Amino acid sequence: MSYSDAIRNIYQEQLKDIETAGVFKQERFIHSAQAADIEVEYPTGAPLKKVINMCANNYLGLSSHPEVVKAAHEGLDSRGYGMSSVRFICGTQDIHDQLEKKVTEFLGTEDTILFPSCMDANAGVFEAILNKDDVMISDRLVHASIIDGIRLCSAMHDTFKHSNMAHLEKKLQLHADKRFKVVITDGVFSMDGDTAKLDEMVELCAKYDAMVFVDDSHSSGFIGKTGRGTHEKCGVMGKIDIITTTFGKALGGASGGCVSGRRELVEMCRQKARPYLFSNTIAPVVVSGVLKVLEILSASTERRDKLEKNTEYWRKGLTEGGFILKDGDTPIVPVMLFNAKLSQDISRDLYDEGIYAIGFFFPVVPQGQARIRTQISAGHEIEHLDKALAAFTKVGKKYDILGKTKQEIIEKYGM
Amino acid sequence: MEEIKKVVLEYVTEEYLEDEDDELTAETPLISGGIVDSFSMVSLKRFLENKYNISIPDEQATPEAFDTVDKIAVLIQGFLK
Repeated sequence: MSYSDAIRNIYQEQLKDIETAGVFKQERFIHSAQAADIEVEYPTGAPLKKVINMCANNYLGLSSHPEVVKAAHEGLDSRGYGMSSVRFICGTQDIHDQLEKKVTEFLGTEDTILFPSCMDANAGVFEAILNKDDVMISDRLVHASIIDGIRLCSAMHDTFKHSNMAHLEKKLQLHADKRFKVVITDGVFSMDGDTAKLDEMVELCAKYDAMVFVDDSHSSGFIGKTGRGTHEKCGVMGKIDIITTTFGKALGGASGGCVSGRRELVEMCRQKARPYLFSNTIAPVVVSGVLKVLEILSASTERRDKLEKNTEYWRKGLTEGGFILKDGDTPIVPVMLFNAKLSQDISRDLYDEGIYAIGFFFPVVPQGQARIRTQISAGHEIEHLDKALAAFTKVGKKYDILGKTKQEIIEKYGM
Repeated sequence: MEEIKKVVLEYVTEEYLEDEDDELTAETPLISGGIVDSFSMVSLKRFLENKYNISIPDEQATPEAFDTVDKIAVLIQGFLK
């Protein structure tokens, strides 16, 4: 037996260290469909508790939408359960091709290729289109999956300070001699909820002959007047060279992702991207669901409009209640608490009040910036938000943080 | 040598420190101290090469050689001789 006690002990020690550091992740079991109202078993073995979900990426409330579920059923019946093959052998159905065309139309790009997830899209895209003569210049707060993709690529990598266009310009000048330059950013940043300055970025990239890459996972379906994403919001539709996004959040929330953008870059992914070449693509049942989601969103902006109203209501309610929020206008609304333990205590108390919202602290967010990240959904009704506001206010009063400044909270609880 | 240190210190402060309150000295461990990650070393190397019109071979651009402003200055000085 090669898994000796000595090896087992080393791993047990490492796991203990993770627990001691207070960053051990535990799952909470949900016994209902994903929605604004869910039933949760937490801790494991505890009786089920009905809570309002304030931490899902279910921005448009489509994860359990009856029309999407029905479309998925129909897809399951007509196209079966699995493909048992990668795309280029015998793993491509007509509906995969249809979905790629629909996504292209929705995002206003030239072409699209599906990936098993956006994590895979980000892991595969850079290596497929760049080589050692090129440079990737990324925002310092991009998502972990982009970092992984960058690590897998032989091109040089550099970073610019978060959303700092003057710093980006310096980097574009520094790397002027490279064959290709790609500037890489998230559309909406997942921890802070702020939006990339895509209009300025596009202008700079035109000036210095660089391509623009945007991961719009926390935007597709609801950011911009018709929900196309941050490129719509920033007025640069058609000017982003590569967009990656997920179907695992607003767009039905099941799984899958894509690379969408310039025709040749997408084709390079089809020829060379390893997660596309060596893994099955999205299952037919999910493809059928996403096709329905895009149909719903293309027919009406009702859901993203409701989400926008809910977000305004929630941000206003929390601000008037005396909480400190990160600036922004997206449905990612971080309630700043600064102290790690305080964020955990408040999260636990909120759960007792029937509100499911998670506290984040270092190393997920920078030291001294602990928070509760709330995420608003079109699936929330005003009654949900009022109930959540009442719970936040009750718990906020208990810890005496309402109306307090950052400095006052830090003085009371430490960093 | 002092001039090189001054230039490098200025660049590193401007490039890597996010918080204006933080301070760096020529002895502050940059890489082992977590201020500069291995990704970001690239821009530092490129900056030095452009600034002093030199070429630093990859085998000499090690995390150890780049760990403090003092060490970087010694490395650069070697190329300028």
